[in-house]
Amino acid sequence: MAARDQHGPQAPWGDAFQVVGKPHRKVDGMAKATGQAIYTDDIQLPGMLHAKLLRSPHAHANIVSIDTQKARAIPGVHAVITGADLPTRYGVIPWTMDETALAVDKVRFIGDPVAAVAAVDEDTANLALNAIEVEYELLHAYLDPREALERGEPTIHANKRGNNVSKQVDLAFGDVDEALESADLVVEGDYSFHGSTHGAIEPHCAVAQVDAQGLLTLWSSTQITHYVHRALAHVLDLPAHRIRVIQPSLGGAFGGKSDPFALEFVTAKMAQMTGRPVKMLWTREEVFYAHRGRHPMQMHYKTAADKDGKVRAVDAKILIDGGSYSSFGLVTTYYSGQLLTGPYAFPAYRFDSTRVFTNKPPCGPKRGHGSVQPRFAFEVQLDEVAEKLGIDPIEIRRRNYLGEHTQTVNGQRITSNGFLECLDKVERASAWKERHGKLPSGRGLGVAGSMYISGTNYPIYPNDMPQAGIQLKVDRSGLVMVFTGGNDIGQGSNSVVAYLVAEELGLELDAVRVIAADTDLCPVDLGAYSSRVTFMVGNAAIDAARKLRKLVVQALAEKWEVPEQRVRLVGGFAVDLEDPERHVPSREAFQLAEARFDTLGSTGSYNTPTLGGDYRGGTIGASPAYSFTAHIVEVEVDEETGRIRVPKVWCAHDCGRALNPMLVAGQIEGSVYMGIAEALLENHDMNRFGLHAGPSLLDYRMPTTIDTPEIEALIVESVDPEGPYGAKEAGEGPLHSAIPALSNAIFDACGIRLRHLPFTPAKVLAALREKRAREAADASVSTSTSSTPAV
Amino acid sequence: MLRLPQFELIEPSSLYGALAALAEHGPDAMVLAGGTDLLPNMKHGLFEPRMLVSLAGIEELRGVQVTSEGGLSIGAMTPLADVADHPEVRRRAPALAQAAGLVAGPQLRSMGTLGGNVMLDTRCQWYNQTHFWRQALGFCLKKDGTVCHVVAGGKRCVAAASNDSVPALTTLGASLRFERLGQARTIAIDELWHSDGANNKRTEGGEILTRIEIPATPAGHLGAYGKLRDRGSIDFPLLGMAVRLDLDDQGLVEHADQVVVALVARPVRIKGVHEALLGLRPGSADFEQALVPLAEAARRQCRPMANIPGDEDWRREMVAVFTRRTFLAAAEGASD
Ligand SMILES: Cc1cc2nc3c(=O)[nH]c(=O)nc-3n(C[C@H](O)[C@H](O)[C@H](O)COP(=O)(O)OP(=O)(O)OC[C@H]3O[C@@H](n4cnc5c(N)ncnc54)[C@H](O)[C@@H]3O)c2cc1C
Ligand code: SF4
Repeated sequence: MAARDQHGPQAPWGDAFQVVGKPHRKVDGMAKATGQAIYTDDIQLPGMLHAKLLRSPHAHANIVSIDTQKARAIPGVHAVITGADLPTRYGVIPWTMDETALAVDKVRFIGDPVAAVAAVDEDTANLALNAIEVEYELLHAYLDPREALERGEPTIHANKRGNNVSKQVDLAFGDVDEALESADLVVEGDYSFHGSTHGAIEPHCAVAQVDAQGLLTLWSSTQITHYVHRALAHVLDLPAHRIRVIQPSLGGAFGGKSDPFALEFVTAKMAQMTGRPVKMLWTREEVFYAHRGRHPMQMHYKTAADKDGKVRAVDAKILIDGGSYSSFGLVTTYYSGQLLTGPYAFPAYRFDSTRVFTNKPPCGPKRGHGSVQPRFAFEVQLDEVAEKLGIDPIEIRRRNYLGEHTQTVNGQRITSNGFLECLDKVERASAWKERHGKLPSGRGLGVAGSMYISGTNYPIYPNDMPQAGIQLKVDRSGLVMVFTGGNDIGQGSNSVVAYLVAEELGLELDAVRVIAADTDLCPVDLGAYSSRVTFMVGNAAIDAARKLRKLVVQALAEKWEVPEQRVRLVGGFAVDLEDPERHVPSREAFQLAEARFDTLGSTGSYNTPTLGGDYRGGTIGASPAYSFTAHIVEVEVDEETGRIRVPKVWCAHDCGRALNPMLVAGQIEGSVYMGIAEALLENHDMNRFGLHAGPSLLDYRMPTTIDTPEIEALIVESVDPEGPYGAKEAGEGPLHSAIPALSNAIFDACGIRLRHLPFTPAKVLAALREKRAREAADASVSTSTSSTPAV
Repeated sequence: MLRLPQFELIEPSSLYGALAALAEHGPDAMVLAGGTDLLPNMKHGLFEPRMLVSLAGIEELRGVQVTSEGGLSIGAMTPLADVADHPEVRRRAPALAQAAGLVAGPQLRSMGTLGGNVMLDTRCQWYNQTHFWRQALGFCLKKDGTVCHVVAGGKRCVAAASNDSVPALTTLGASLRFERLGQARTIAIDELWHSDGANNKRTEGGEILTRIEIPATPAGHLGAYGKLRDRGSIDFPLLGMAVRLDLDDQGLVEHADQVVVALVARPVRIKGVHEALLGLRPGSADFEQALVPLAEAARRQCRPMANIPGDEDWRREMVAVFTRRTFLAAAEGASD
């Protein structure tokens, strides 16, 4: 299969890259900057209705009855539906389909959708919502994951086991117990990670339309068009070929638009019922209820190490608060363990992760899905190991380096690995050697490392087809149109595809245009998640472009009567290398090829090689290539207020070849911003009633520009043998180690270890008080011992 | 987006027109200044006016004037950004300029007015929420409900006065001019407040705050505003305090004052400040030493509650830290 074609990391025309590696503007940059870009909410169709959801005011309740009579009677109301109208369960993971578009029989969190109204305008729809009468029977609400683990009655989702466990994974590699017993040092501790949400600035929105032939078109602010397409077909019981899903310009996603959501089914259903287009735009509050953000985790870690700092074993037990539905939770539970096994080599590793349901907004994938939390716990613990052994924190990370072209303890194949260079870079840039441990009290530096996947070979639903496909169409004007199912969610995937095609075909960037994420026009791609797009869609793009290039080169070689090696496509021209006077614009080259072969076009695809450990779940987290990151964070701790200020963060990230260093730096900066944000300020917290403590951009404290540290993005390019021209991911990896590096910096600044997120000023002050009390106690012990006369 | 309920908008171009409209429509009408608090509150269903009387077109309500006595007369409709940047305000009332410059963020300061800030509604995490949210909660005493979620069994709302300009205006001894159709009154800002968070101002229907008058400050006047908030912009105060130091011609404190908001429904004046600092020289060791017991006394007098976000115990601890720091910041002005 062409899908596994390996193109090699070299420039396609032998020597230097023409487009790749240079700081190009994003293809949609100007449209977004000038306001021309069309987002889903910009779509206005004739006769369009506006839909709203009635949501549950109770955290856990049975629905006894719903009366929509009065709502239907309101003038201007065109449709009112309830769970009975859309009863089919769905869920992004085929094994855990436990959601319905509108609640059927019971509600599971405050904000769970119960009914929907479509009306001539939003005000009428809201009025009608108020007229719907729902009778509830209240059930015990679980807000504490530990209680949900221990108590089975009532269950949030009925299951055979009669408990509230969503997923449990228990895997062990090597002899952990032996290492724990025989190692020179074991550090053990509890860590916790709180909830945080994505905070994409564009709220979720969908518009549905059914045309005269019965074709359903859905425009949606999704980051996975393909799964929405499948889910719509499933829930509406429609053949998929009668559905078209389009993702317009998207205002950020970060994982929060990966699941199929109620608004997509509801607008589609109501468009079918009314024959009119239907739009639903969520309020900011509703986005907080849709959530799918970072899972809170309670983590217990043990790390065994020898005196030389070599880690012998890691043992983890993790309780994951999943909120009310499964979402990607099966994968989260695996990721919480599977992704810790680099960039360090440990001979033995065990994890036992349990995800439970609670009556809170459902958690899901947020940038660094499932692995940011364990990474925090482990890297703080590793720092403690270094401290106890008197080894420099960077040095201990070097000593445990996993290496390249190797395997992790859980059977993941590692290809390129630039972690050592990442450490070197941040060490030098931050003047670590001169400054770590030597800054005045209250100021400090901390380091941490991490790794992340560039997509995985787990396709969510089992199938043998490619994971990414690309189609190219050539116009006689010289324009190459690229059709990709890949979702550009602001990360710049359309731009990357354009760069790669331009590079392969020797075109100027303005001769390539990209149409993406439209199921009618574009070949399937599995969507923007797990940092898979650059790697997989990029490889597919090269595959397609290379096939096309072959035809063009062949046509020219024949025409010029020279060997194919003499034909080069570069800068918008086809040139005879040995007689550069002989050249034609690409447009003419394409026309020649069209005349010679037929209408020009090509397809390309990518599929992962067989990867992963040979055990259940061994493929989850198995990636064709891993990115590596090191952070050094500098902090200033105000010991009177407990406030932590982060003046500077250095982040070195190994993204393989940087296809556009400016976009890579942007991803690094965004990741660091987000990591520091959730460590210090953001808290997706439910109050004692199960209500979100502050579902607004005022109360959910996302840092503003003036709260954002200065960030130095350092790019490490360990060109990967299988990535597109050697590229790997850059969108999620650079978040992970920012958070433990911050905790480790606080330790350097004032000798307190913060193991529980978020690092609020009150926690800092409490830890400082505890430290002073300990020091006072130690001092009195040592004075009393020294005053005891020797016997 | 949350919907703004329907209302009628009147845009008079004279104060008389505005007063007449208010008189005519009674409790159905509310005054619209910059709208930065009123409109979000309407979206949340907290205020349900049928009519808004905009003051935006009334030129005489805008601008800062220096009075013949050397005081400041500030029109209620003066945007906070102008108050913060005005050279005379910065010189004569530094705490006010600082406070105005610390309200919300830049966009809100160019829309939000000083009058609107004085007239700002109290805030509470159980109240400043959408209708859906409050309905899920079962509402609260202040609006649509019967219980208070801050004080169990409480019979009176304790939502927090959160207007940043008020502590400064209070230490400056500001007075407020209110007008109703055919009537005007001027009261000391101290006299404005009730301790009921559901209605913390002694105002009468149909009144417009027209001017804020600040008496002349002496040559040795110093002032500063200290604001505790999570982020460097946007957030309402978790604690806001203004301090005042007037120095005699020897450079010794002859008058000192401190007022704090974001605690309870009304601003709180700290007792014993004047006595603690009288006769001391800012910047001296004595002055700094005197701040230690003063900070502790302030902490004892302030009891942050779970009405606004943020750990109450921490906020209380910060009263002491901010008292010291804000007086020191004011004292810094002495060396300029
Ligand atoms: C995100 C956000 C953050 C904020 N942060 C802060 C903050 O940090 N500190 C702070 O103090 N405020 C803050 N605010 C609130 C608000 O922006 C300011 O208080 C502003 O000064 C209000 O002025 P305004 O002109 O917009 O008042 P409006 O919203 O127009 O009015 C507020 C109230 O006062 C009444 N009113 C206004 N003017 C008069 C008048 N002349 N006579 C009689 N009644 C009048 C109105 O009827 C209304 O009840 C914030 C608001 C938002 C949305
Ligand atoms: S303090 Fe808060 S909860 Fe209590 S009545 Fe006032 S607004 Fe409501």
